[in-house]
Order: sequence, then C-alpha cells, then structure tokens
Amino acid sequence: MTLLENQSPSLVKPITITTKRSPQDRLFRGIAKGAGFGTFIILFLIGLFLLLKSLPAFESQGIGFLTNTGWQTTGEHPKFGVLSALSGSMVISVIALVVAIPVSIACALFINEYAPDKVMGFVPVKNFLTAAVDLMAAVPSIIYGMWGFFVLQPKMTGMETWLSAHLGFIPLFKNKTGIYTSSFLICGVIVGIMCMPIITSLCREVFSLTPNGEREGAMSLGASRARVIRDVVFPFAKGGMVGSIMLGLGRALGEAIAVAIIISYAFPVNFNVTQAGGGSIAALIALQWGSGGPLGVSALLAAGLVLFIITLAINMVASRIVNSSKAARR
Amino acid sequence: MTVEHLQDEQIAPVDQADTSDSSVPAKRTLKRVRPREFKPSDVLILFISALSSYSIVWILFDQLTLLNGALGFVVIWIPLFLFMYWVVNRQLFTRQVAIDRVIGSIVTLGAGLMMLPLVMLTIFVVQKGLPQMSWHVLTSTQEGVVYTGAGKHNIGGVGHAIVGTLEQVALAALFGIPAAVLTAVFINEVGGRFTKSVRVIVTAMSGTPAIVAGVFIYSIWVTKFSYSGFAGALALAVILLPTVTRGTEEVLKVVHNDLREASMALAAPEWRTVWSVVLPTARSGLLTSILLGVAVSIGETAPLIMTIFGNQVMNLNVFKGPQMALSLLSYKQIKLPIQSQIDLGYTAALVLFVMVFVVFIAARLLSNGLGRRKGSSSRRSVLSFVRWTPGSSLAPAQPPVGIDIEQTEYEIEEGT
Repeated sequence: MTLLENQSPSLVKPITITTKRSPQDRLFRGIAKGAGFGTFIILFLIGLFLLLKSLPAFESQGIGFLTNTGWQTTGEHPKFGVLSALSGSMVISVIALVVAIPVSIACALFINEYAPDKVMGFVPVKNFLTAAVDLMAAVPSIIYGMWGFFVLQPKMTGMETWLSAHLGFIPLFKNKTGIYTSSFLICGVIVGIMCMPIITSLCREVFSLTPNGEREGAMSLGASRARVIRDVVFPFAKGGMVGSIMLGLGRALGEAIAVAIIISYAFPVNFNVTQAGGGSIAALIALQWGSGGPLGVSALLAAGLVLFIITLAINMVASRIVNSSKAARR
Repeated sequence: MTVEHLQDEQIAPVDQADTSDSSVPAKRTLKRVRPREFKPSDVLILFISALSSYSIVWILFDQLTLLNGALGFVVIWIPLFLFMYWVVNRQLFTRQVAIDRVIGSIVTLGAGLMMLPLVMLTIFVVQKGLPQMSWHVLTSTQEGVVYTGAGKHNIGGVGHAIVGTLEQVALAALFGIPAAVLTAVFINEVGGRFTKSVRVIVTAMSGTPAIVAGVFIYSIWVTKFSYSGFAGALALAVILLPTVTRGTEEVLKVVHNDLREASMALAAPEWRTVWSVVLPTARSGLLTSILLGVAVSIGETAPLIMTIFGNQVMNLNVFKGPQMALSLLSYKQIKLPIQSQIDLGYTAALVLFVMVFVVFIAARLLSNGLGRRKGSSSRRSVLSFVRWTPGSSLAPAQPPVGIDIEQTEYEIEEGT
C-alpha cells in the first residue's frame, strides 16, 4: 500500500495485459476467418457468375425477360421471359403455405406442449415425432414427386372436380379445360408437404425458447395448456414463427423436381389452380435444360438468377427475423 | 416437479346437498379439475364423440346427399367431431377444460396429418421398388438396354447410379464438411465483427434452392471443363456447406464454457482448445449434423441435371465424363412411357430411400449418445426405477430423482 503511494504517478498506471497470439494461433484464426468469409465469397460468386452467363439473355430481351410469357429461344426472333414461371412459382408457394402452416404449427405445438414424453410408459412419442420430422426433411424430393404423381394425384382430382363445380364462380377454382391432373393445386399440396418439416422444426425451436418463468407463472395462475399457448407461447414466438414461415416460403419457391414431375408445363400465365398446366421457375430450369441452344442455356441461367435473388431476399429477411427473435429470448 | 403437479388446476364449485341435516346450509366443496389428467372415462368420451360425429356424417354424407369421396367425408367429420367433443366436455367439466381438450385434439390431428405423408411415402416406395429388386438389378448398368422387351434381363440396373451417388457424395463431403466445421468454429469460437453477418449469410444460403447451386456450378465449372461427377460433387458441397454449418454451430454452442476456460487456464493455445477440447466434447453432435447434411445431399436431384448429366454405362472416373446418380436415374426413368423402365426408377428410388434412411438412423443414434454425455434431464438413471416401499426404514422421504453424473473427458498435452 505504502509502497504504491510512494511511487511516482507514472508507475501507478494500471498495467494493460496483452496476449500475443502464437503464430499457430494466428494461422488457425486466419483459416477459420477464411472459412467464414468463404461463405460470403460463394454467395458473391453465385450472383456474379449467374449474371455474367445470363447477360446474352438479358441483352436479347431487355426488360422483356421479366414481362414476356413465352419461351422461344431459337430462330430468327427469340422471345422469352419468366413472367408465367414467376407467377406460377408464387401460386404454388401460396398454396403450399396454406397447406403447410396450420399443420406445421399444430405439429410443433403438439411436440412442444402436448406430447407426453412417454405414452403407456415406453413409447417415446416426443423423440419419435422429432426424429420423424427430421427424416421428412431428409427424404429426397424425387420421392415426394413420385408419390405426388402416382398416389396423391389420383386422390385429389375428385376434390378438384368438386371445387370447380361448386366454387367455380370464383375464378381461382374455375376449370376451363376439364383436365384436372397436373394442376397447380396438386403441386402446391406436394410442395406444402415438403415445407412442413422445415416450418415444424423451426417453429418447435422457437416455441421451446419461451421463457419457463412466464410459462410456469401462467400455469400457477390456473391457465390450461391452451391458454398458455395463446397468451404466453404465441406472443413470444410471433417473430420466430413469421421467420420460419418465410424460410418455408423460400424452400417452396425453389422446389424443382417435385413440381417438374407433376406439372404439365404451359407458358401462358394461369391462375386457375384446378386446371392442368402451369409452371414455376425451378421446374422450368429442370425441364428445359439441354434444349433451346446457347441462348436457351443463357435464358435458363437468367431464370436461375431471378430465383436466386428472390429466395436470397426472402431468406435474408427471414433469418434476420429468426436470429433477432432468438437473441431477444436468450 | 411441484409446478408440474400444481399447474392446470381449475377450481370448480360443486354443490353437494347435505341430506343428513337440512338446517345446515348446503356445504360447498371445491373440486379440482385438471385438463391434463386423462382418465379412462375421458378416453371413453373421446371415443364416443368421434363415433357419434362419424355416424352423423355418415348419415348426412352417404345416406341423405349421396355424396362420396373419402376426402370430403373427413373434411366434414373433423370439425363436427371437434364441436361435439367441445360440447360434451363443456357439459361435463368447465369451459376451460373443453377448450383445452379441443385445442389438444386439433394439435394432435396436426401431428397425425404430418406423419401421414411419411408413412404413405414409405409404403409406396417399398411396395413399388421391392418386387423387381435383385442382385442383378443392383449390380448391372443400363448398358445395351432394350426398351421394348418385357424380359427380366433387359430392363437394366442401377449399379452405375449407386457408384455415381457414392462417389459424388463422398467428394462433396470431403470439400463441404471441413469448410462447414471451420465456418461454425469461426462463428462460435473465433468470432469477430462479422460473426453475425456470416450467420445470416449461412442461414440464407441454406435456403438457396438446390437448382441454383446446380446452375451456379454449371456456369463456373461445366462451361469450362465439361459434365462430370466432380461438378456434381461441387454442387452438392455448396448445398451441404450451410446445412452442416448450422448444425455444427448449434452443437458447439452447447459445449460448456468451463471447459474452454480450463483449457486456456492451462495455457493451451486457441487452436489446441478447439481441436482437443471443444470438438471432442461435441463429437457425437458434430457427427450427427454432418450425417444429416450428407443425408440431405444424397437425395438431391435438381443440381445433378446440369452437372453430371447422366449416362447409361458404368463410369468409375468421377473427374471425367458424365456420371449417373440414383436420384437422377429415378427422375429420368419415371418419365419414360414403358412400365418396366418406370419400375427401374422405383427401384432406384428405393435404394436411395434406404441409403438416406440408414445415414439418418446413424445420425439419430449418435445424437442419442450425445444426450447421455450431456446428462440431459429427460434421461433417468436406473435408481429412479427402484420401488421404495413407504414406511420401510430404508425408504427416504422422497423417492430418488434420477441423477446423471456428467462425465466429460478431455485432455491437454503438456508443453503446448
């Protein structure tokens, strides 16, 4: 004490401790940072190369690429655009979300709030459901597509006929051709089923972040599980639910194979969901690949670029919402 | 524990007429109502509500209006059942119980609807793929396939596709997994100003459509070189990377900070801490997330169309010439108009499904191992199954609650 007081002021200054990282550590940090920036670079390269290779298509069509509906990439006067494919993607995604959201949220709530750990003492419902949902996310899209085409489609044409006959006054359900297979509705349901596991697992994660204090407080005040869901879980998980639904939307927009198997591709813009014919950007790329000459390839890459930009924008917003809501909880 | 027992209690007044003494006013006792308690009588209520609503819909649907179709039937039956279930519970218990039970039924139905496609899908793939499965189909290729014949031996096989899938996925894992683990280490261990943006980028990338990865590799690689299995592997690596990164990141978060601090207190450099303490502690979770990423990438079809192109013959060289993959073979086959060729597509899909399933089960088993290591509260030790007789001198006041002693092994070498 006295020793310190007797010292000159310059020596009393607190010592700043610095760690000098060893060369190995700096190398390690460098590699890890490099990997982190690698993701930036990959994303940047995707945008750059798609743009470079799709320039011929944009030069040929200009802004028409976004407003044309046909797909004529060869011959004297090529004329093509993604308008119909874009609108088709939107229609399929909306149907998919209408199918997926209620089921996914219900399933997530069941796993998180209602499911007992063990039924009859030995059936681990909770773990089993979680695993099954994860497995559904890993099932290849080709298998969903096959199942949709060969199993679901025959089952759904009856409902489509009914919709068209009884709700045909709504233009959406009107069927002008009398052909009910290969329609937007079937694609939408299949894509919705494919979105379900993603939305479910994300929602489940968000629901489980509900602070236990609030949950138990509500229960000790006599709230039933339904009330806890309505008054505690939902208000806390609102942002995360919106984010996970948007991530599901991103997946729905990008689904190629299942749509390509089911839809009978048609280029006019079509909003009649029960009617055969339609398309989506991803299915357009998958189905048209290898045809249409060099300009055709360029046009498909341009369509890929459009899809990339849309999904990237949606996913950026969604992941921001999910991350910020998570950060707020923790 | 106590909260578990106390929650969900509604207190409903029940009048109990006191018959013995009329001068004393009727005593009001409080009856506890617990929606969570599901007694045999409640099962009966559930069953009877379902049955009666089924009968009503049957009369309405099949007898009066002569409509048909299973879908329409179910669409009417479910709301009617929910309504009836609500009414019965409202009459027997309280409003809260009725609402809780109805919400519970809706939520359970949602879980059931979720499982339905998975079950139907599995049955479909096995049913369609199994009949023509044989050793010959698994090992032969489509070389010299005669499309018109119906014989057993000219439908071709999926051997070249199995080889292609295995080679491409292995290569993709070789590129993708180290990059993914390093990225996760960057986000979680190294950190810095860009941590948050890298996390957002990774999440956004994991949502990038697979087909975009395909056209990207086409524009950057295939246009210069040519179609090859290697290009397919690159596309799969682009898909694998964000999936594995996100899983790994979650796993690294779970590693206790004490371990890192202990390691640093022993003067271990940072790389040593990550390599010898953090990653080994998270080992099983790490393997789970890697295997899940691999399972997803095995099944990708769309990016392979524009990278490996597909062929009919065996091509063992992953770097040169078009290759085939199971998913792509299946996609190409089911578009053909010949039944025997569609059947081959089913078989390819079945093989694919089995591969995904095996990898997935391996991942789940490993993650259960992780649960044991972490000593999660849901796992109970053997002690809690011992029955204690009340009144016996040996019995403690409270039955023992399962305790898992966490044991984490880590070692730090001297002199680093």
